[in-house]
Amino acid sequence: MTTTERKYPAPAVNPEIKPFFDAAAQGTLMLKKCGACGQAHHYPRAICPFCASDRTEWITAAGRGTIYSYSVMRRVPVPYAIGYVTLEEGVTMMTNIVDCDLDAIRIGQRVKVVFKPTDGGPPVPVFTPA
Amino acid sequence: MTIKGKAYIAGIFEHPTRKADTQSLAQLHAESAIGALADAGLTKDDVDGYFCAGDAPGLGPLSMADYMGLKLRHMDTTETGGSSYVIHVAHAAEAIALGKCNVALITLAGRPRAEGMATGTVPRAPVAASPDAPFEYPFGPTVVNQYAMAAMRHMYQYGTTSAQLAWIKVAASHHAQHNPHALLREVVTVEEVISSPMISDPLHRLDCCVITDGGGAIVVVKPEIAKSLKRPLVKVLGAGEAPKHQMGGKIDLTYSGAVWSGPAAFAEAGVTPSDIKYVSIYDSFTITVLITLEDLGFAAKGQGGKLVADGNLISGVGKLPFNTDGGGLCNNHPANRGGLTKVVEAVRQLRGEAHPKVQVRNCDVALAHGTGGSLGTRHGSATVIMGRE
Ligand SMILES: [Zn+2]
Repeated sequence: MTTTERKYPAPAVNPEIKPFFDAAAQGTLMLKKCGACGQAHHYPRAICPFCASDRTEWITAAGRGTIYSYSVMRRVPVPYAIGYVTLEEGVTMMTNIVDCDLDAIRIGQRVKVVFKPTDGGPPVPVFTPA
Repeated sequence: MTIKGKAYIAGIFEHPTRKADTQSLAQLHAESAIGALADAGLTKDDVDGYFCAGDAPGLGPLSMADYMGLKLRHMDTTETGGSSYVIHVAHAAEAIALGKCNVALITLAGRPRAEGMATGTVPRAPVAASPDAPFEYPFGPTVVNQYAMAAMRHMYQYGTTSAQLAWIKVAASHHAQHNPHALLREVVTVEEVISSPMISDPLHRLDCCVITDGGGAIVVVKPEIAKSLKRPLVKVLGAGEAPKHQMGGKIDLTYSGAVWSGPAAFAEAGVTPSDIKYVSIYDSFTITVLITLEDLGFAAKGQGGKLVADGNLISGVGKLPFNTDGGGLCNNHPANRGGLTKVVEAVRQLRGEAHPKVQVRNCDVALAHGTGGSLGTRHGSATVIMGRE
């Protein structure tokens, strides 16, 4: 089952997270990594959620990962797959699984990032089978 | 310091309406309040503490104190979605133990049906400035597909099946047939649940709770007042509360905040899961019940499917009777918030006032648990253990 795409609502960008979406517009997936405890996190914050340090830095993610979980929303005009993808950098992020047969999606499947335009905002990272 | 024995639940009320076309939101709160106060044998002039959450109109306690003409010396608006009211019971007991109030009123109400709200399948607009929203809302998170992802992962990791989840709905339906107010009173089978339309994989329509208008209220009082009233004595024994979230991206959807709220409540109450005769478990979806029962210690992690299967949750049939009013899956889910009615049915059981067909024999210790928010993102877990005196 391949479908036409649903419209992506625009993310509400604020100064703390603007670099993430500026990078997304260039086709790059960014994460925040802490200079104090060395751990990456998502969604990106100025303050590390693990150790409360403000020494967080933007890093470029490889954009590859595996599907941790997903669900295909059926009772809507355009069915779509929401999912969580665990990146090679170790963090898991909410996303959509796109450009594939929705019935063939599986947990553990390898995926890679692609960016989709939103309704009046910057593009957002979604994933497609690698 | 403990709340054990410091407060009693003296009054309960579940609004009988399931579609409130002719009432306002404030009116539903007030009708529920008056019902619970009447149940206790108290009046609104006895109330000196008031508890409400995000469903209350206007500025919560200010608007409702104004509407009802309450004179208060204690207010609490802890908001954790549908679990708020379970936390309110605990906070009311704390406030009473500290002498901050003597008669605490908790209310809930809502009219999502009358307002035509598309509850489960449309993403809810994010609360202003939610830090998570830019990283979630574009992907279409709805109530149902978030819980569905928790179910999908549990199935993958532990082999839980749709048939096992269906047994939760089947048990609820067996109870709801005896509740004249229940929205859905027909007994359903595992096959009927599994063959109902798929909403968001792996959750079918009958894995989802009902959408209802209505409300409810609870009155918590200090021991001296409880003993002066004519109602059976239901004592608060212990409680726990905790948020669970996404851990900065270290996401694990296979457990809930009940892994923290449960042990805290059991420790304070001085009981173990084997002492519990009846459980009210928040049942927004079938998966919510299964994960919660594991986390509370009624089954080992991953073994919840076996616990809930084969009618084991049906009163008079199985070992762990749950949601004997029909729960959110069949009876009522007022304002899309099911925590308050969980406490109400547990109190009915402890009083011996549940429907005779579902009343648990010798029900001396009961547990009510709420899960507010989403198992798939972040939620507030709340456990309260109560005992008959
Ligand atoms: Zn850190």
